[in-house]
Amino acid sequence: MQNYSAFSLFKQALGGHAGWQKQWRSPEPKAEYDVIIVGAGGHGLATAHYLAKEHGITNVAVVEKGWLGGGNTGRNTTIIRSNYLFDESAALYEHALKLWEGLSQDLNYNVMYSPRGVLMLAHNIHDVQSFKRHVHANRLNGIDNEWLSAEECKEFCPPLNIGAMRYPILGGALQRRGGTARHDAVAWGYARAADARGVDIIENCEVTGIRRGVNGAVEGVETSRGFIRAKKVGVSAAGHTSVIMDMAGVRLPLESYPLQALVSEPVKPAFPCVVMSNTIHAYISQSDKGEMVIGAGTDAYTSYSQRGALHIASHTLDAICELVPMFRRLRMLRNWGGIVDVTPDRSPIIAKTPVPGLYVNCGWGTGGFKATPGSGNVFAWTIARDEPHKINAPFTIERFRDGILIDEAAAAAVAH
Amino acid sequence: MLLITCPHCGPRAELEFSYGGEAHIARPIDPTGLDDEAWATFLYKRSNPKGVHAERWRHLHGCGRFFNVLRDTISDTIVTTYPAGQPRPALPSDGKENAR
Ligand SMILES: Cc1cc2nc3c(=O)[nH]c(=O)nc-3n(C[C@H](O)[C@H](O)[C@H](O)COP(=O)(O)OP(=O)(O)OC[C@H]3O[C@@H](n4cnc5c(N)ncnc54)[C@H](O)[C@@H]3O)c2cc1C
Ligand SMILES: [Zn+2]
Repeated sequence: MQNYSAFSLFKQALGGHAGWQKQWRSPEPKAEYDVIIVGAGGHGLATAHYLAKEHGITNVAVVEKGWLGGGNTGRNTTIIRSNYLFDESAALYEHALKLWEGLSQDLNYNVMYSPRGVLMLAHNIHDVQSFKRHVHANRLNGIDNEWLSAEECKEFCPPLNIGAMRYPILGGALQRRGGTARHDAVAWGYARAADARGVDIIENCEVTGIRRGVNGAVEGVETSRGFIRAKKVGVSAAGHTSVIMDMAGVRLPLESYPLQALVSEPVKPAFPCVVMSNTIHAYISQSDKGEMVIGAGTDAYTSYSQRGALHIASHTLDAICELVPMFRRLRMLRNWGGIVDVTPDRSPIIAKTPVPGLYVNCGWGTGGFKATPGSGNVFAWTIARDEPHKINAPFTIERFRDGILIDEAAAAAVAH
Repeated sequence: MLLITCPHCGPRAELEFSYGGEAHIARPIDPTGLDDEAWATFLYKRSNPKGVHAERWRHLHGCGRFFNVLRDTISDTIVTTYPAGQPRPALPSDGKENAR
């Protein structure tokens, strides 16, 4: 792997930048691997990276039906935070946040992690009480999160309107270590690092079946490029998880919904942090390219169409115009959707399945980008050792049978 | 925005409706007779198909009644709508899909 540094940039500049190598190979699939990961999104690529780096398993293929990072990883609005309510979630998301802090160094790839602060606004008494509860619960878990009055919110984020409006800002919860990262760079960085350790990333290769032996255990996957053998298959396919698990006869507590985002025309730096409002359904941050990146909750009905309804997006913009009046004349440039897999308790599943050799990492719904490093890290452990890491042990499929939900749904019913 | 035909009122804009999730999931008649697995299946597990989905909608800002819709989740095309309580209508392609 070519090392990236200021020095290598300088050296390549002298050669007119003609000496840069491809960041990863495009290999033909081999007949057999130790582990196959289905889906080259951030989670699948991170899993491959940690399998190779931390568990010494390098005979790994990541198979992807489209191009790597073209799923939700490349469509998301990149909000990163770890201030979740329950101990199980806090441990998982904080594990990820700690990895974000050193990720660019670990991958030798600038993922542009920017801890600019995530401010969640409270608009009614219920919000105030529930956010304060979050602040206290987070503190007990050693996670930073602080309560700001409306005036303090305005000081932290001057474009906010804290005056009279239908749902006035009563205060907010701020996680200063929260922020954003560059979504594509995360996929590319993990792909490059995994490839360098010998992982084959096979794009344009759709999984169409899961082959099982007489004892029920996994034998490999049927794909659009032929059968590939493996005793262990890890599914990391976000919105398409139900479709793939159905191939192995496993039904999960998942439903797939479109989630939309939109960006404005690029403007000069005008918005210093990430602002989220669950109550009036909107969040916003500014990308390094200058666009305002805006999103909200999912569309109303399940779909695989990768687009949503206009009235959902315009509802989001109504809220943005109230919160940040100076953006009222900003023009929107692009609007798109991704398909997110939602669990009943809005917590993910990272677990073994009833099928021996089949593992699943899904249910991240509207908020899994922030977890990418941590999720890949514990999923790799689960596959390598055939048992969960203690951080993902609670995130089973069986929790729905046993009534041990991790009910973040009640805590934050909006995309993030 | 979808144009949804309420079986009672006719075609109306999606804004008049609310979505009610997968259809034909009947509450078990004897819940205490079920084991935990069967109860979890009833509560949480969904078919989530990429293709035709039977789902409930409610004409919230109209007649207020629940009814069922068959919708293709790939294109969001509505195949048909029918009153609650009626069985899921067969589709011309159903036989082919099952044979696959
Ligand atoms: C609009 C939007 C905004 C979001 N905003 C945020 C946010 O601000 N913060 C946050 O934390 N999260 C956010 N999310 C959620 C986040 O994007 C996802 O949880 C996360 O990216 C999931 O990563 P993944 O790697 O599991 O999925 P993906 O990146 O979707 O990767 C799954 C891959 O599997 C592939 N695949 C599917 N079927 C097959 C098959 N049969 N064979 C082979 N490959 C297959 C797909 O092509 C895809 O590339 C947002 C999502 C959307 C859509
Ligand atoms: Zn009606």
